[in-house]
Amino acid sequence: MRREAPRTVADYAPLAFPALMLIVFFVVPFSIMIAVSFFKRNPAGFYTPDFVFDNYARFLTPFFGGVLGFSLMLAILVAICCVVIAFPFTFLLTKCSRRVQTVWLVCLLSVLSLSEVIIGFSWSTLFSRTAGITNLLVTIGLMSEPQALLPSFGAVLTGMVYQAMPYTILVLYPALVRLDPTLLEAARTLGASPVRAFFNVVTPALRNTLVATLIMVFVFALGSYLLPQILGRPSHWTLSVLITDQAIYQSNMPFAAAMAVFLVLISLALVGLTLLVGRKESAA
Amino acid sequence: MSGLSLNGITKQFGDFTAVDDVSLDVPHGTFLCLLGPSGCGKTTLLRMIAGLEEPSHGSIVIDDEDITTIPTHKRNLGMVFQSLALFPHLSVGENIAYPLRIRSRSKDEQARRVDDLLKLIHLPGFADRPVAKLSGGQRQRVAIARALALSPRLFLLDEPLSALDAKLREAMQVELRQLQQKLGITTIVVTHDQREAMTMADMVVVMGEGRIRQAAPPVEIYRKPADAFVADFIGMTNLLPVEADGAGRATVLGTVIAGLALSNGVGKAQISIRPEDVRIAAPGNGAIAGTVTFVRDLGGTIETFVEAGGKTIISVATPRERPDVATGTQVGVVLPPECCVVLEK
Repeated sequence: MRREAPRTVADYAPLAFPALMLIVFFVVPFSIMIAVSFFKRNPAGFYTPDFVFDNYARFLTPFFGGVLGFSLMLAILVAICCVVIAFPFTFLLTKCSRRVQTVWLVCLLSVLSLSEVIIGFSWSTLFSRTAGITNLLVTIGLMSEPQALLPSFGAVLTGMVYQAMPYTILVLYPALVRLDPTLLEAARTLGASPVRAFFNVVTPALRNTLVATLIMVFVFALGSYLLPQILGRPSHWTLSVLITDQAIYQSNMPFAAAMAVFLVLISLALVGLTLLVGRKESAA
Repeated sequence: MSGLSLNGITKQFGDFTAVDDVSLDVPHGTFLCLLGPSGCGKTTLLRMIAGLEEPSHGSIVIDDEDITTIPTHKRNLGMVFQSLALFPHLSVGENIAYPLRIRSRSKDEQARRVDDLLKLIHLPGFADRPVAKLSGGQRQRVAIARALALSPRLFLLDEPLSALDAKLREAMQVELRQLQQKLGITTIVVTHDQREAMTMADMVVVMGEGRIRQAAPPVEIYRKPADAFVADFIGMTNLLPVEADGAGRATVLGTVIAGLALSNGVGKAQISIRPEDVRIAAPGNGAIAGTVTFVRDLGGTIETFVEAGGKTIISVATPRERPDVATGTQVGVVLPPECCVVLEK
């Protein structure tokens, strides 16, 4: 394959359309949001253009700090759960026959077609007392009487892990398919049991992929605002929920914008930190 | 017996039989080459010895211990893969020390063993280099050192030199053979390169379609091939039909070859004769009459293609041994009977 650096303006032409879309649907709205975050709220109407730091100042309270901390912790936990479950699963999947792999991937893709609302209400049914999975446990004699498993932190976590799982598997799949199977076989001939070989050959060989996947799921989970409301108590609500609440129900656009900008900055900082740590380790 | 025994090994993948009833005894310290065209089952056989595939039937015995059902990581063997399979996230030293680390040997012992092995493969002081910075030949050596780190009872290599360029490959063949003789370790190499097999092996096993066609020392394989498949696969050869005439004399392309005989009751067979044994002479005098169709002058040797009775016979000779003939010359082809191998199968 030939790879030449583009020379003339015409060589950049294929970039024009995506660039335009990104500007219209990302750069412009995001800039407006940053601007609005410095505006002054007008309780009688909407907001008036201004340049004040009130919105950011209001955010720096123990309450919002706590919510921010919880949101980040939840997103990190979802990312870790997803990778811990999806990595061995995807690894075993790549060892299956082509047919089995296709069936699994099609099923996973079909989960992607479900909206967050449908996923939320399905899980709320499954976790309910009247029609939930505890009835099944009662039938087979593992529990004495059915009980409601929601609202709870576990329910929120389960729902979000379920939602992010297909993405995790689809990101890990290509890397695991390309992994040289003889690496694992070599480890086995050298005396490593299959499980041990998986941990000290496959995992380090795919370290960068794993870090990238963790970051992707983390960012994905950070944006979830429906599942915490459907499956959790108010104490399990994330910053995204509060942003929605401020923007839509309280009509406080400047404060919502300030929270959103803050969330973006914190996430970027965390991602940057992860990459920095990763680079230092590989350099050592 | 001490060494490796394969007893009736068969491997089926669905309806396809990759390895078909292979039995073989490999005495301790032997350098064995499994040779054959691609798809003949040689790699599958090696993988079964390593425990990476399970035989459908048969048993594998090392030093009187049946290891057929023992998992790979408990077999104590060293294997070098075609892709080498060096661990990219580890340095040269860590790669070589991997089997020792797995068995929780002390840091001191690991360091000492790595030093010894790096000296053995002529790469002293390379322990801290990343694997990615090595040349092809150096990687090859590191893979060999890693496989030998635990002094395994069996050393297996799957097309180990195929990724190297021709010159380096020849040098590594010699080096590998010397290393094996120094360590006295039972070694099995899979290859499709007969030159490689001839250079290194004590015993060559030629495989075709999942079966052993012949197992013998390299020169015997070359001089006395068991059947047409082996004769054709090992080096260049002339395969010619031979018939018994009314008087029981062997005739090739209508010419009686004095001194050559077929077994009683065999009417038709083939002979194999190596090009360097075929002599070109003047027509007549009991020689097979033919016409020169092509001459390939390689400097060191000259190949002469002679068409006789619808067959092309190739003769190879050095320039001094060979009469000066050009394309289109009528010549006689002499097949010395002592050089003809009759293949009656």
